Amino acid sequence: MWSKKALVQKLEAVNEYEQEPIPSNKLKGWKRFLGTYAGEHTAGTEFVIGPLFVAHGASAVDLVSGLIIGNILAVLCWAFYTGKIAVKTRITLYYQLEKIAGHQFTTIYNLVNAGLFCFLAGAMIAVSATAVGIPFDLAMPQLTDVYPNSIGWVVTVFAIGAITTVVAMFGFDQVSKFANVAAPWMIMVFIAAAIASLPRLGVTTVSEFWPVAKEVIWTGVPLEGQSKFTFWHVMFFAWFCNMAMHIGLADMSILRYAKKWTYGFSSAAGVFLGHFIAWIASGILYALFLIESQNSLTFAPGPIAYSAVGIAGAICVIIAGWTTANPTLYRAGLAIQSINPKWKTWKVTLFVGLITTIAACFPALVMMLLEFVALYGLILMPLGAVIFIDIYVLEKIGLTANYAEKARKDLNWSVALTWILTLAFCLGLNIFAGIEVFFLGLPGWFVAVVVYVIASKVNQKKPSIKTVQPVI
Amino acid sequence: MKFLLQIISYLGLGLSIIPAILVFQGSIDSATCKTLMALGTLMWFTTAPSWMNKSEEEHG
Repeated sequence: MWSKKALVQKLEAVNEYEQEPIPSNKLKGWKRFLGTYAGEHTAGTEFVIGPLFVAHGASAVDLVSGLIIGNILAVLCWAFYTGKIAVKTRITLYYQLEKIAGHQFTTIYNLVNAGLFCFLAGAMIAVSATAVGIPFDLAMPQLTDVYPNSIGWVVTVFAIGAITTVVAMFGFDQVSKFANVAAPWMIMVFIAAAIASLPRLGVTTVSEFWPVAKEVIWTGVPLEGQSKFTFWHVMFFAWFCNMAMHIGLADMSILRYAKKWTYGFSSAAGVFLGHFIAWIASGILYALFLIESQNSLTFAPGPIAYSAVGIAGAICVIIAGWTTANPTLYRAGLAIQSINPKWKTWKVTLFVGLITTIAACFPALVMMLLEFVALYGLILMPLGAVIFIDIYVLEKIGLTANYAEKARKDLNWSVALTWILTLAFCLGLNIFAGIEVFFLGLPGWFVAVVVYVIASKVNQKKPSIKTVQPVI
Repeated sequence: MKFLLQIISYLGLGLSIIPAILVFQGSIDSATCKTLMALGTLMWFTTAPSWMNKSEEEHG
């Protein structure tokens, strides 16, 4: 069952419709999407993000209202933006991008994507390490740590990194099935851990929860050395933490199987379980830890979950981290392999696994996860804007859609320029206007739209497109 | 057989959350809750893999 042949077969099955639209007999019902989103968005990251809201001093009112509004906006993006485009085209983001921007550009995009995947997988390996280290009394990282704090930490991270890499090399299918099985149990443990901790916070009836939430859990006061989070931080983070998936259109790969664009609304199952209940639950656990440790700067999801619900909590942290790290590592390997399909999958995954494991040794990756997740979405967002304009606007203003494919170009400079100028604009806003990374996605999208339209008008004036026009 | 395995799985899933509610109500202590949740975890992971992925494959 772990044979290479089986893996190759699985890979071939995954690649079946990568270069063609999904046939109508392969479309899936809405229940499949509910399950996919619910499982995908209750992951290892949730054990870190919820506590970081507490550390950044979000108040209870700001947290709850920000999460509700931000999550609704994210679901609307998944339905009206990603869902509509995915159902209209029925192809993957990568294939659509290749038609618009060319093979060379897609290669660069894949490399950037792979790098981001490595860092995300690295953070999840580090999260798992905090639970694996419990029986070894491992010195846990601090909220302000950047570098590894002990040899024991490095050894633990390398052990988990090695296992994750080997499994990603040979057993993606098994991991995927295991993740499906673990998902409902993980949601239960997340909720259970929070409920079991409430009496230790002084909550013994439901009516006591909200006063304690405001005065004890989400006090509105950031921890030492942490910036202050307002309603706007929470709302924009909830909206844009999966920006790469909805506005960045990575989820075209999933929603292209949907019978109707309205299946995009099934993302609500993921965001309200993972990005509402799980974030609130993990925040409650962390607040309890802060009180019992007298505001210790130690930041370790493993021991926190273990303290709340024992071995089930520790296992939940390991599995949540591992089942997120493994497919992420695998996807990073595939992205790099697309540069040269002749490279062996296992060698590429081994290389990616090594880079990821080295990155995981640095606790800063976990401590800065909010900023990293926001940056990840921001970097990939301009390509979502490009695809949106290419599909809905370009032909209406007399320009050619899917320009690289029609002009047989390896690199469409309009797309490259849009990407570079949008990110430069966002960087400028960050450096010169002091606007935090969480807020850059919205103005960045409009800049990407304007730049792409102007760049396309200039670029498509060149005569090259005429050479491939059909002769009637 | 599949039905029996499903019953054990759902009992395991129940044991992963109900003890926490009982702790909240003050009906059991934290140590008992941790033991029951560990038992629930064991029940879920020893039975659910045998039917969950199979039923997914059947539905295509």
